[in-house]
Amino acid sequence: MLGYILRRIAMMIPTLAIISVISFVIIQLPPGDYLTSYAMSLAASGEAVDETEIENLRLRYGLGQPVYVQYYKWMSGILLHGDWGQSMEWRKPVKDLIWERMALTVFLSLVSIMVSWFVAIPVGVFSAVHQYSIPDYIFSTLSFIGTGTPGFMLAMVVMWVAMRQFGLNVGGLFSDEYIMAPWSWDKVVDMLKHLWIPVIVIAVGSTAGSIRTTRANVLDELNKPYVETARAKGVKERKLIWKYPVRVAMNPFFSTVGWTLAGLISGQTLVAVVLSLQTNGPMMLRALRSQDMYLAGSFLFLTSILTVIGTLISDITLAWVDPRIRMEG
Amino acid sequence: MNNNRELLVEVKNLQTYFFLDEGTVHAVDGADFDIHRGETLGVVGESGCGKSVTARSILNIVPKPGKTVGGEILYHRKVKGVVQTIDLTKMEPQSDEMRQIRGAEIAMVFQEPMTSLSPVHTIGNQITEAIRLHQGLDRAAARELAIEMLDLVGMPLPNRTIDEYAHQLSGGMRQRAMIAMALSCHPSLLIADEPTTALDVTTEAQILKLMRQLQDELGMAIMYITHNLGVIAQMTENVVVMYMGKVVEEADVDTIFYNPQHPYTQALLQSIPRLGQKTARRGAGQRRLTSIRGMVPDPYALPKGCPFHPRCSQMIAGQCDQIEPQMIEVAPGHKVRCLACAGA
Repeated sequence: MLGYILRRIAMMIPTLAIISVISFVIIQLPPGDYLTSYAMSLAASGEAVDETEIENLRLRYGLGQPVYVQYYKWMSGILLHGDWGQSMEWRKPVKDLIWERMALTVFLSLVSIMVSWFVAIPVGVFSAVHQYSIPDYIFSTLSFIGTGTPGFMLAMVVMWVAMRQFGLNVGGLFSDEYIMAPWSWDKVVDMLKHLWIPVIVIAVGSTAGSIRTTRANVLDELNKPYVETARAKGVKERKLIWKYPVRVAMNPFFSTVGWTLAGLISGQTLVAVVLSLQTNGPMMLRALRSQDMYLAGSFLFLTSILTVIGTLISDITLAWVDPRIRMEG
Repeated sequence: MNNNRELLVEVKNLQTYFFLDEGTVHAVDGADFDIHRGETLGVVGESGCGKSVTARSILNIVPKPGKTVGGEILYHRKVKGVVQTIDLTKMEPQSDEMRQIRGAEIAMVFQEPMTSLSPVHTIGNQITEAIRLHQGLDRAAARELAIEMLDLVGMPLPNRTIDEYAHQLSGGMRQRAMIAMALSCHPSLLIADEPTTALDVTTEAQILKLMRQLQDELGMAIMYITHNLGVIAQMTENVVVMYMGKVVEEADVDTIFYNPQHPYTQALLQSIPRLGQKTARRGAGQRRLTSIRGMVPDPYALPKGCPFHPRCSQMIAGQCDQIEPQMIEVAPGHKVRCLACAGA
């Protein structure tokens, strides 16, 4: 198993090298660069464009240099100094920008996943065990509506209801007075007050999907002979259902757990934009639009790294929970 | 045969139906037979004749939408030397009492040892589950007993195999593990539902020998379900032949093989190939291997009268297609459900 993990990690190096090149090329693909789009937005808002300033900036960020030189500078910065470059738009190191938002993004993702699993797994198992009963039909209908509703629309509806009906200040993760304030107990409480809307909105879609997955997987396993064996042993029905079919039906959850890592960067972008959450998704979207090269490139690269690591984590977890695919040696 | 045979299970007019959208399937429709303590009863029949459903009815684990709708299964339970009689069909499938019988006093071995063992639990985990549930032993003691059981069923290196998963074992070893699990609580009845069908013949022979030997050691009764008449000849003392959910003939094993009365039993016996019997060469005196003509009837539309009459070579027109035959005793201990035999 250890040898397998080491081999997989070794394989990740060339994969990531290729991905980094591709990410960098993709960012360079649109015509122009950050400065041309910056000049255009200045011109569009009627401000004077100072050509010499633009030229200075171009020199400073090395935008005039050939692409491979730019790539080399960026990569060597990451590898040697952990420096992901400067964001041109924010005038700040990319690393700081991403880390500022990472904590919140991770927290929000984890809470949403927990909520959705805690709801989806019991409901899905119940639906499967009581297939074609009235509660099963109700849960199925609800989960179809849940999967069919786009997250951003649900976000708008929830915000509208919260504001109109309850007069709540929604949007964002903090009240105005806490946005810039340092972390304190009050700020945490304030965040929890805001947190439920994004958690609900994000959790609804994934819960609905997970209910369907759980139900289908448990149904597949429920009539397997090993369940009957357990029944013939005299094991209590409830106990045997959780021990045998549900246990096997959970494998797809373990095999997708790694993908949530990549979702930390780009997941739920639309919902985050609508709810103006200080997470990574909206920042990445904005960086791509303004051709904020190093920020966008870093986001893309980071997403890829997390995908590759996440896949490895999934494989390891799956091997851990399912002895059938455990590697020898 | 000794005369002081002790009844263990009496199945009386058992009816287990499946209620489907397409109609009601009478999977078991009037099965009658007895199982005696320490003896082996063979249950033979084609696929879909109700053998397995009968077994599940005894354990009260008929899968939905099936339900035992009539008849009795009288289980003569020995509790501290006193025999109590309970009707298993009257018990709630999930009741504590039923679960205490299931797995402890009546255990079952299934057809496919690969799929009948959990893919994600070690065999030790699954064997100790039964032991801890019924014998209230702690983890260490249950494990010890499980290793002992694995040793008893001839599992090589039992204290290592106990921590292995089903996919790491060979087919024969898996079935040995299943048998160890079923026997771990010393049941008085072991139901074996085609336990060797999925195994190759050499392994089959080993498993059959093992079951015979364990029966001698532990003294349990076996209800052996199979469609393989060779296995029946080797394994059983009494035989029940089932057709379309009904017992059509019941006798001891010698009578079934040497003096079968029911046309269905006779046809079954004729369809077994024998060594030295040439079937393909043309010429006088050569014959093709007989098969039973016709098909098993549609379970939704059973023929009127005797369910076997459309395929029967001795069918009496006007009788067999009208009157449903009853079980008659043609000789002591030999019962047949056939109008043609009744007249003879």
